[in-house]
This record gives sequence, C-alpha cells and structure tokens, in this order.
Amino acid sequence: MAERLVKVYSVFNRVWHWSQVGSIFVLLFTGLRVMGLHSLIPFKAAVVLHTAAALALLLLWAFATFWLFTTGAWRQFIPTRTGLRAVLRFYAWGVFRGEEHPYQKRLRQRHNPLQAASYLALKLVLFPAIWSTGIVYLLHGAWMHLDPGGQGLWLVANLHVLAGFAIAAFVVVHVYLLTIGHGFREHVRPMITGFEKVTLTPEQEAYLQTDEPGRLKP
Amino acid sequence: MRISKRRIALLVMAVLAGGPCLGQSGEETAATAAPAGAARSPMPSASTADHSKFKILQQSFASGPEVTQACLSCHTEASDQVMHSLHWTWDYTQPGTGTRLGKARVINSFCGNVAANEQRCTSCHAGYGWDDVRQPAPTNPAQVDCLACHDRSGQYAKADNMAGHPPLDPVPAGAKTITGADAWPVDLTRAAQSVGLPGRDNCGNCHFNGGGGDNVKHGDLSSALLNPSRATDVHMAADGPNFTCETCHVSDRHKVAGSRYDVLAHDDKGLPAPGMARDVATCESCHSAKPHPATLIGLKLNDHASRIACQTCHIPEFARGGVATKTRWDWSTAGRLKDGKPFSIEGFTQSDGEALHTYLSTKGDFEWAENVVPVYAWFDGQVHYTTPETTIDPSSVVEINSISGAPGDPASRIWPFKRMEGRQAYDTQLNRLAHTQVWGPKTDTAFWTNFDWGKSIQAAMDYVGAEYSGQFGFVDTHMYWPITHMVAPASEALDCQSCHAADGRLADVAGIYMPGTGTPLGGRIGLALLLAALAGVGLHGALRLIRKDDGKGCNHG
Repeated sequence: MAERLVKVYSVFNRVWHWSQVGSIFVLLFTGLRVMGLHSLIPFKAAVVLHTAAALALLLLWAFATFWLFTTGAWRQFIPTRTGLRAVLRFYAWGVFRGEEHPYQKRLRQRHNPLQAASYLALKLVLFPAIWSTGIVYLLHGAWMHLDPGGQGLWLVANLHVLAGFAIAAFVVVHVYLLTIGHGFREHVRPMITGFEKVTLTPEQEAYLQTDEPGRLKP
Repeated sequence: MRISKRRIALLVMAVLAGGPCLGQSGEETAATAAPAGAARSPMPSASTADHSKFKILQQSFASGPEVTQACLSCHTEASDQVMHSLHWTWDYTQPGTGTRLGKARVINSFCGNVAANEQRCTSCHAGYGWDDVRQPAPTNPAQVDCLACHDRSGQYAKADNMAGHPPLDPVPAGAKTITGADAWPVDLTRAAQSVGLPGRDNCGNCHFNGGGGDNVKHGDLSSALLNPSRATDVHMAADGPNFTCETCHVSDRHKVAGSRYDVLAHDDKGLPAPGMARDVATCESCHSAKPHPATLIGLKLNDHASRIACQTCHIPEFARGGVATKTRWDWSTAGRLKDGKPFSIEGFTQSDGEALHTYLSTKGDFEWAENVVPVYAWFDGQVHYTTPETTIDPSSVVEINSISGAPGDPASRIWPFKRMEGRQAYDTQLNRLAHTQVWGPKTDTAFWTNFDWGKSIQAAMDYVGAEYSGQFGFVDTHMYWPITHMVAPASEALDCQSCHAADGRLADVAGIYMPGTGTPLGGRIGLALLLAALAGVGLHGALRLIRKDDGKGCNHG
C-alpha cells in the first residue's frame, strides 16, 4: 500500500465540475434577481441569462450522465453505510480535537461515504427538482390554459425557488467542508490539476505503471 | 350569427368611443380646426370617381339634407345603412344583461347626459336635426349627414349647437363649431364635390373632441393624432404606415368595427388570407397572437400575450403628443360667479404652452394631465354601466362604468385604463344619478343660463320622465376608459421591470404570480434553509477555532 499522486479527475470530470460551478453561480445570481431579492442587473437580462445558463447546464448534465454511465464513473456515487458513522463522528467531534479524518481515498472510491451519499442526493433529488420545475416553469405558455387561476404557476415557481435555495445551501456546506482536512487549497488543487493523493494497492500501482503511466505522477 | 353579433357589438365603439358630448366650446376648447383645409391627414384617393364632375353636385345647396338627397341619387342604400349603425341610433343593448345603453341613454362623468341638451349634444350626431333623444333618431333618409364623414374639402363643419347642422351664411356672431373653433360659413357645394373615404380629421372632429374639448374624454384620442410623430402613434405617423382610423376600424355597409361596451382584445379568426377582409379591430388582427420573435424573451412575451393586453406594454402612457387630457371634473363647484358673471381660471399649462381652464363657472373644477400612466385591471371586454335607474351607494365612490374581468377567467387580460374622476349630481333620497339640463339658452331652467342646480335637475328629470325626489347632492364617481390608441414604437414599450418589481405598475392587480415583486413562500423557506446552512457552518467553524486545533485532520473533507 503506497500513497501516490494519481490523476483521478479526468478532463471531462473537471470541465464538468467547473462548468457546473460557473453555471450554478450564474443561475443563483440571476435567479435571485428574477425572484426580486436584488436588482444588480435588469430583469430582462436576468431572465435571458438564467434561461440560457439553465439550458446549457441541462445539456451538460445530459452529457455528464452519458459519460458517467459509459465510463463506469457512476460507481463513485454508490452510497455505502460502511464508515459513514466514523465520518459523521469526525465532523461532529473529531474535527474539533485534531483527529485524523477516518477516510482514506482510494482509486475506485474517491468519495467518503458522506460525500457519496450527499452527491447522490444532489443528483437524485435536488438537481431533478430544480430542472423539472424549471422546465415546467419555462414552458408555462404551453399549459397556462389549464391553469387559469395561476395556482399551478405559483406552485411550480415556489418549488423551483425552494430547490434553488436548497442547492445554494449545499454549495455553502460543500465549500465549507473544503476547509477541513488538508485545507482549502489542497482540496481545490486536484479539481484543477486532476492529481490527488490516493492509497494504491500494489496491484493497482503495477497496473497503472504498466497500462496508464500518464495517470501516475512520478 | 357570430359575425353579425360581433359586428353589431363592434360598431358600438365607433359612436360611443368618440363620445361627442356637451361642451361649451367657446370657453372650453382650443380651436383645433382652422376653417379651410387645415390639419388634413394625407389621404391619397384611389377612387374611380371624381365627384366634382358629377352634374348633380354642381349646384348651390341650401342645407345639409339637400346634399344628402343628391348623394342618395347614386348611393341609394347609404342612408339606410347609416340608420342601422350606432353612429345613428346611439342605442346599444348589452348582450347577456339586456341593458339598454348607448349615448342617448347613459350618464357619463363628463357632460352627464344628452337628454334635455340635444341641440348641443347631437351636434356630433351623424345626422341632422335630432332634437329629442327620447324619440329614435330621425327617419327621413335626407337627415343622414354624409359630409361629416366624407367631406375631404376640410372646410365642412358642424355647428356646436344646431343639432348637427353646419353653420351657413350668415354665421351668427360668436358661433362655434364642434371642435371649438370660431364658426365659418360652410361651402356645401365644395364639400359635396370633395367627398372621399373618411380621413382622420373626419373621425377626429367628433372623436377627438368628445367631452367638450380636445382630448377631454379618452386620453388616447386627440388632435395629436392628426399628424403624429412616431413616438406618439407608430401606426399613424407620416413616416410610419400612415394609417387612417379606418385602416383598423374597417367598415362594412357603414358599420364600423370597434366597441366601447364590448371591447375585443382577441381575434380568434386569426390573420386574414391575402386579400381577405378583416372585420375586427384588434392588435392581433394584424400582428397575430404571437407577435414577438422566437428568442428567449420573445417566446416569454408571447406567453404574456394571453394574459396581458398588447396595449398594457405598448401604450406606456396616454395623452402623449402634447395634448393633455382631463382627469377630474367636479360639477359640484360649478355656479360660482364674480360680480354676478361667470368666470374661468386657466391654471394648467399644456406642454405646447397653451393654458387650459381649471375652473369654469359653467362646469366646475378640473384637473388635467399629459403623458399619463394608466391604471390597470383585469378586463374581459365587457363594460357595465351605472344607468340612471341603478341604485347607487353614495357613501363610496360610484363607478359610472365597471370593468368586467377576473384573473381566473381565460377571456380576461390585464388592460390599461384612463380613470376619470368626477363629482356628479344625484338624487339624495332615491340614490340614483340625476340628469341635468345645462344647455338651453332659451329656457330659464338650464344651468348655463341661471346657474341653479335645483331648476336644472328638475327640468331634466321631468324631461326624461324619471322619478325624482327633488333633493340632490353630489357624489364622487370614477369612469374607466380602455386605452388602445397612441401605440408607441416597440423600442418604447414597457420594460420587464416596469411590472416585475416590488412597486411595479401591476402592484394593484391581484391574482397573478409575478416574479420580481417580492420573495414568495418558497423563497422565504429557502432563504431560511440557506441561513441555517450558513449558521451551521459558521458555528462549526467557530467551534474549530475555539478548540484551537487546526482541525484539519487528515485526508479530505
């Protein structure tokens, strides 16, 4: 067992992540404008940007989903209870006492159980909630004749806004957790360079050296 | 069936929209028309007939009806057609309620009522000599006034107090036309030989001057439309499509499309095929129900079009083009005299520098405004009237007409309105609006003769045969005028945030979800969730700092 710098985030992985970051910020900023919480840009510009960014992100998600399933990367998001308790205990207790993080990153499992569970929830609950309500909201013109009183529009718009805030809350916690462990910069760097310190079995190391030498940093 | 019903309804507007009305033009109005050929809108004639070559028109006519006789020798059906139109009958029965409306019956918040004031009011009738609106309009075909609409000489005019007849030689001293200009002797022969399709001035003489002066009544129909800039009216501007009124208000057998009581916002017939006739005067009739381009915003605006009238965004303000509209008329203060004589106060200066009266002994106090932001309301096209028979509640503002429409009704849209404020006479015992007789120089009951409301109201109530207690007072009234003219260029249409803002234009319009007007329930819950997350990480971070551990642990968070 050796710790090596291994490329765990492919180019697509990183582009996907950062595009998502960018569009989520654009969507939050413009969404808050449309809702009326600020007026830093004109309403019309906010609507155009929000819609365009949302459509672009939907396209990205479609590609990402395809990529996750064809490359098998979806396995990274399989939830497990093994070690979950230890991670939870660490964040609630150990982190205050200088304990070591209980999770060791591995080649086939780069997320700790809490991360896997949260990302899965994000992908299965929050993201579908935001894009399904968003699409229904966007296509209001197609169903408004069924909703003369506007209650349907009210419901969809409120659910959409609520889902948006839930994603914003996720972003807050996500970013905060980067400050735990090695520190913010160490956490962000792999998502830029792609290389992360991973514990490899001798077999994995041998495999990488033989078949994918580019993924190992000497 | 549908078409004929619609046509009948549409036609109402033509007469009632323009609303000729009482007025004392000498005092009241600016002279908007000059004697000969002034203020003519461009009207290239494509006619195959040059009426100046017609023998029958090469004679000297002694009266309007004589001209009409000559017209009828060729246009054999014209009088019959006109007499079945609202320009003639001033009578409209509301479908559904069966209420008899029309200019001959309703009371409005401008000059009040026609009955007992006919010589003045019917000066804008499309006929000659209607001096008793308790009776139907005259039945003699020669009484139809062809020249009012078809004179293209520019010098035909109707006197303001001769029940529709033109001033002829010799013109009495001080005589005025219906536009408020000093009267001149009309040359009927010249007028008869000039006839053609109606121009803006023909319609405008009555419809711009309803309520006794330029732009008094509508706010969106004024002499500014005789030769408007693109900013004032993008359709009628000379450097635009240069429309006449009839371009939109198409007529068929002298029935003109458009209705004041039954307004159409929606044209379910769609765009006509090339060469096909249109019989509806809506925006959609030409622009379709999806007029915006297929961009992100254009598609969204097309969605808006089924809930928001085109006029709401595309007529951001009315009374544009430099002519103010009257916004308040308080009859209760009329009758004050100085040294026993009526007087006026000119307290409002229009943007062109003209001084407008803010008080007249004959009419009371007024307010005026230019470039007015409309009020907005759900509107299904139907307008209901407080008729002289309706029991009113004088403890609150009486709506002379009420706008029908509701947010849950697919036929309703949000429309812009001019809201006219008034104070008007009513019977304090029976709680009904009262008729008044104001014009009648030869009687001693008319208000403008002796400034006695008691006599004026009693005389008018007796005239119409209405029950009257003899006790009167004045009540606050509102009257609503759908705004549909003076369409601004698209570049000046309302911006999204005119409405999508906390204090936006539609803040008072209930029943629609409008993003941008305030944080909705989902937003408040979401905001709480976000704040909880921030507080959570804040607390967690603070605890880590307090523990003075670097708290980094080992591998990853």
